[in-house]
Amino acid sequence: MITLKIDGKTVEVPENTTVLRAAEAAGITIPTLCDHPDLTPYGGCRLCVVEVKGYRLPMASCALPVSQDMEVITENPALAEARRGILELLLSDYYDQGYEDGLGGSNELLHWAEHYHIDLEQAMAKQPRYRVDSDPNPFVWVDMNKCILCTRCIRACADVQGRFVWSLAARGAHTQVVAGAGTTMLDARCESCGACVAYCPTGALNNKMSLHLGAADRKVTTTCTYCGVGCQLELNVKDDKVIRVTSNSDAAVNGMRLCVKGRYGYDFIHHPDRLTQPQVRKYLLDGTPRPPGRGEWVTVDWDTALDLTAAKLSACRDIYGSNSLGILCSAKCLNEENYLFNKFARQVIGTNNIDHCARL
Amino acid sequence: MLIIGSNTTEQHPVFGTMIRQAVMHRGVKLVVADPRKIDITEFATLHLQLRPGTDIPLVNGLMNIILEKGWEDRDFILNRTEGFDEVRQTLEHYTPEHVAQLTGIPLEKLYEAAEILATNKPMAVMWAMGITQHIVGVNNVMDLANLQMMLGNLGVPGGGVNPLRGQNNVQGACDMGGLPNVYSGYQNVTLDASREKFEAAWGAQLSQTVGMTVTEMIPGIEEDKIHALYVLGEDPIVSDPNSSHIRKCMEECDLVILQEIFPSETSPYADILLPGASFAEKSGTFTNTERRVQMVHQAISPPGEARPDWWIIAEIARRVLAQGARQVQPAPYSGWEYENTSQIMDEVAALTPSYAGVSHARLERDPAGLHWPVKDAEHPGTPILHVGQFTRGKGHFMPVEHVPPAELPDEAYPMLLNTGRVLYHWHGGEMTRRSAGLLEIYSHAKIEINPEDARMLGLNGKRRVRVSSRRGSIEAHAWITDRVPTGMIFSNFHFPESSANELTIAALDPVAKIPEYKICAVRVEALD
Amino acid sequence: MMEVKVINKRALVLVSDDSESRRLGSQELLQALRTEIDRCGLANEVDLNTIVDVGAKNLLPLVIIYPEAVVYGPVHPADAGRIVKEHLSQGRVIEEMIVPKHQLTGRIAWLAARSGALPAAQRIVLERAGRIDPESIEDYIIYDGYQALTKALTQMTPAQVIEELTISGLQGRGGAGFPTGKKWEIVASTSGSKKYVICNADESEPGTYKDRVILESDPHSIVEAMALAAYAIGADEGFIYIRGEYQLAQQRFQKAIEQAQALGLLGEHILGTDFSFHLHIHSGAGAYVCGEETALIESIEGKRGEPRSRPPYPTTHGLWGCPTLVNNVETLANVPPILRRSGEWYKKFGTPSSPGTKVYTIFGNVNLTGVFEVPMGITLREAISIYAKGMKNGAAFKLAQTGGSSGSLIPASLQDTPLDFAATRKAGVSLGSGALLIADENTCVVDLVKVLLNFFRFESCGKCTPCRIGTQRSYEILTRITQGQAELDALDELLKLADQMVRLSNCGLGQTAAVPIRDMLKHFRTEVEAHIQLGVCPTGVCPMRVEAPAAEEMQPLASA
Repeated sequence: MITLKIDGKTVEVPENTTVLRAAEAAGITIPTLCDHPDLTPYGGCRLCVVEVKGYRLPMASCALPVSQDMEVITENPALAEARRGILELLLSDYYDQGYEDGLGGSNELLHWAEHYHIDLEQAMAKQPRYRVDSDPNPFVWVDMNKCILCTRCIRACADVQGRFVWSLAARGAHTQVVAGAGTTMLDARCESCGACVAYCPTGALNNKMSLHLGAADRKVTTTCTYCGVGCQLELNVKDDKVIRVTSNSDAAVNGMRLCVKGRYGYDFIHHPDRLTQPQVRKYLLDGTPRPPGRGEWVTVDWDTALDLTAAKLSACRDIYGSNSLGILCSAKCLNEENYLFNKFARQVIGTNNIDHCARL
Repeated sequence: MLIIGSNTTEQHPVFGTMIRQAVMHRGVKLVVADPRKIDITEFATLHLQLRPGTDIPLVNGLMNIILEKGWEDRDFILNRTEGFDEVRQTLEHYTPEHVAQLTGIPLEKLYEAAEILATNKPMAVMWAMGITQHIVGVNNVMDLANLQMMLGNLGVPGGGVNPLRGQNNVQGACDMGGLPNVYSGYQNVTLDASREKFEAAWGAQLSQTVGMTVTEMIPGIEEDKIHALYVLGEDPIVSDPNSSHIRKCMEECDLVILQEIFPSETSPYADILLPGASFAEKSGTFTNTERRVQMVHQAISPPGEARPDWWIIAEIARRVLAQGARQVQPAPYSGWEYENTSQIMDEVAALTPSYAGVSHARLERDPAGLHWPVKDAEHPGTPILHVGQFTRGKGHFMPVEHVPPAELPDEAYPMLLNTGRVLYHWHGGEMTRRSAGLLEIYSHAKIEINPEDARMLGLNGKRRVRVSSRRGSIEAHAWITDRVPTGMIFSNFHFPESSANELTIAALDPVAKIPEYKICAVRVEALD
Repeated sequence: MMEVKVINKRALVLVSDDSESRRLGSQELLQALRTEIDRCGLANEVDLNTIVDVGAKNLLPLVIIYPEAVVYGPVHPADAGRIVKEHLSQGRVIEEMIVPKHQLTGRIAWLAARSGALPAAQRIVLERAGRIDPESIEDYIIYDGYQALTKALTQMTPAQVIEELTISGLQGRGGAGFPTGKKWEIVASTSGSKKYVICNADESEPGTYKDRVILESDPHSIVEAMALAAYAIGADEGFIYIRGEYQLAQQRFQKAIEQAQALGLLGEHILGTDFSFHLHIHSGAGAYVCGEETALIESIEGKRGEPRSRPPYPTTHGLWGCPTLVNNVETLANVPPILRRSGEWYKKFGTPSSPGTKVYTIFGNVNLTGVFEVPMGITLREAISIYAKGMKNGAAFKLAQTGGSSGSLIPASLQDTPLDFAATRKAGVSLGSGALLIADENTCVVDLVKVLLNFFRFESCGKCTPCRIGTQRSYEILTRITQGQAELDALDELLKLADQMVRLSNCGLGQTAAVPIRDMLKHFRTEVEAHIQLGVCPTGVCPMRVEAPAAEEMQPLASA
């Protein structure tokens, strides 16, 4: 363990901890942009600079390992001025076309700019440098006018997804984030997992499906409905509609990771094909023999549907015997629901003919 | 780590990313055994491109080499297992040379693989449907267990036999007794003690005989054994083998009740269609492939009159019990009055030892979930099974012999069809085909064909092919790629109009009744 | 024993053989001369050798013959017979082929000014340059080559090697002037089973080409130095990162490696000892920033050349995370002479605080440009008047810019500051990598600094905010000043940007990019203010109006 002093507080942290993490452990917030706890430290944006005794110049706390008896100051007028300078420089390359981004003020750059009382209007770029919506990916919105080259997308793609879609091209003032060797994301073998979007601090990469839907009323943490990994995700809800799916570092199984289906395959929920009314075949209501092809559908209320179902099931059970019924429960449904189907088959019908698609 | 029969990065993408990270950042040595050059092979130290259906020769051959080199864990075999000698005898026939011939894997790669797997400890084996969807699926699994017992890789973190379950809650559906032979928590229906326990709990006399599996029930319609089917959230026409036969059976069924969120390929055969709620519209639990029970929270209300499935089945149960011949006595859990799923979970916990400590209140406190078995309200759960001792006592080695697949290519059907899924779609595609973006990226079925075969077939720039088997025929786009070896094509079943299951064979594993989706013989023709 | 050539002959013929000469046929000329010399039976009397870096482009390929110090050029292979027969055989200078002295410029003029022998006084680094065949290990060996390595491996412990360097007082010649012995000691004392030695030969400061001269004329000295360094710090593998454009240097270095391997001076069990050392060449790909040692390491690792955050330093966490010694070519070239002789011997050169010599590339408005090895501590005035033969056309000296783009501006008032590490630091200027751009009174300081910032805004790696955006904004302001479009507060803004670049940049590039701005406003503020307040460029260089927009605005690569 290493002991150091941050803003006069004595902090004890394991070796190889960065000064930034040590400060966090001590409850001290240092402004950051390129840093993210999940990603390899980068030290690019320089917003997190601190003063360290023994060093002539301010140091980037996100990339500086702690050392024994280090003395760190995280904020003073000089550092605030330095941060203001960094933010002004970043904003001078940041152009906002003014569209609704749906992020509801979670833009980290603007958050810190406001924190340091920067006149956004004056500081922001007046001209776009890139085409807005420059990539045809159906899920990821790309607006490089908002890119601050923090490379969180690049590191997310490499460190989290292992896909290496994003990289930096060119140098100096012309540096930009590109997919592949300057191609489209999908051509750069993007799997559309959206990790780059999840880690982007400014909305340069954003969720295309959610762009104009505004901010969510609330987020509900739940378990994904696709594969057996059991990722935790957050359904962002507005007006009783899921408008976005986000991930959360706290998720036990997956952390910030999600796949394309988990993050973007949610629009089936509100698809117009959804069944919204119980339906029964007309011949069942009429009490006539079953026509070929079973005849037409009639929309009914729940009582009618449930009574009819119960009557037909019990009749079948009583005529052909319990084992003439087969129950297929579902690997898509809740544990509680599957338990009830198991109970229904065995207790109510009296058969062990119950199975589901585990084999398929 | 050994991945065998799992296209991890496409089927379990988030696990796939974790494996990539393990290889990149922790230097994990990865061996991938798969007939196709699936994406994860890019990260593999070694790719064993075995012939489909030769998993047992491969695993036996690896064990043969391990014994030859003396890499087995003798202490583990001696103290923790039984039956090793029989396996040793069986392995004698599986000389590396013979195995190389059967599997098509070069001899030196077999040796290299055995060395990687035996000398890096702990080593985990991970598989999915590529192992189980064979007529020898159970034996495939047994053999992988043999391998891991031989290497002492069970009951340790980072080791183990790790099947990747397909559906989000396939583990839970099994745990909850959604199987013909067991009640919840794998309590056997043929065991008097368990049956009496549930009879007492539910207040009804219960059947003593094992029921039918899905792959028996539907053909059972034709044989007059089954007259009514109650199907929850499932599309047998698309997901079961030999679709045309399934259609015929469903056509004949007297009563089909379908509880779904979308009209499906099966709904034309239904008599009653009940609108269920999606995962976003109800609360409860799912159990993932790690046996981790996690909360599902309702975010929005169901559309229109749609209702959660637990509400619907409870309503039906009450109504069925109110009429007809079957009597239920008052008992602690005989009733069907549930206000929410939390009450249902309490009933599950009371009757299911492995879920005894699970409750919604506890899961709300700890969002990381609980790995069953959770023996009581204080028990922390069990992330790793078989620590120190196997659940059954000693690990039992089961000698396993190679059996060729049920249907192999012949003159009339000269190509081998392998089936599976792709990253952008899910199962029968009911949900993903209704996602605009997913459809934009992957809009129609593609049949993977090796360039060499494409030339032989005279595809010559033509985009579409017809694939036929003894059971049916589909048309689809061709994707000329060396992901597949020559002589083999690969197709998915996400698109009903060109679903691979029109072609697949309903040959079943004798124990698990799993169909051999992974192998059947087909003929491929170029279309204009 | 191998056969070696002994240069003890009555005539020395030097043929220019750098990249440009080769393009113009110097190889063919060499072959023709060799054939003629053999044919006339002069092989034992005449030494034929090559020379690089002679400057004079219009005279290439050229031939210098000592002891007369006669220069012929450009020489065609067909002239070889005549040169050998008339000059070498009959001792008759061929008047009509002689390049008149007044046409000689640059280093060639300097070479031609010394008759009798090649000038070697106070040459340590360039001791052999031009005197030996750079592609011959035998030549190198006969000129004391590999003696230091032999001595170290057979008579010295690694600690003694480092001790000798420490005594010598050698400081890093890449610009920072860090004591070399101390650096070696840090790497040597860092635990780790795998360590690396890297030679930084990515010489990319505009105008600087001293390392190229060393590598092209004496590659074995660097091979030997790297082996010594590896022995001292406990490394068994080394990389030399050579600028991509230095094709000849790469070829010669590769040949040197192969020759050394063949003689057991590289590879396993060098000289029969337990010491093994493997050396690889890594070619740069044209990024200025890769001269920064951590960016260079990233580049060798196959990544984008971006400087790392420090600490940790390469001495403890370098190539692939292993302790790594990175030294500049010139620094390493000093090592074998020091170990062959002694640290005490080395201290006789230069100044007490900065012993040894320094190799400068002098260019700009002077009479004689080229590479010079001079003792540490000469003044700028001496460098200009003695070595560079004064200002061109008698114009007045205005300022010198040291160290390529990353150096400082030295105004005339500071031209008597001794050029060594201590004195320049005290005077607030930086010695840099050894380039001396001499500018006369006709140079506009704003224009000069604008050119420098233009270079930086292209060559910044783009990683950190102050450098990436700061250089661009500075360039924009400077451009406005040269166009007469700036207000006085632009200077405050420039200073603020410079301050941010110095204080907050991740690496030296961003920090030094600000130096010319600061120096300009410190020494030449009046001239800058004249642009703004009077709307006049005093030297008449700047346009002072908005011209047609430059065509090189953002060129997005992708679909952006």
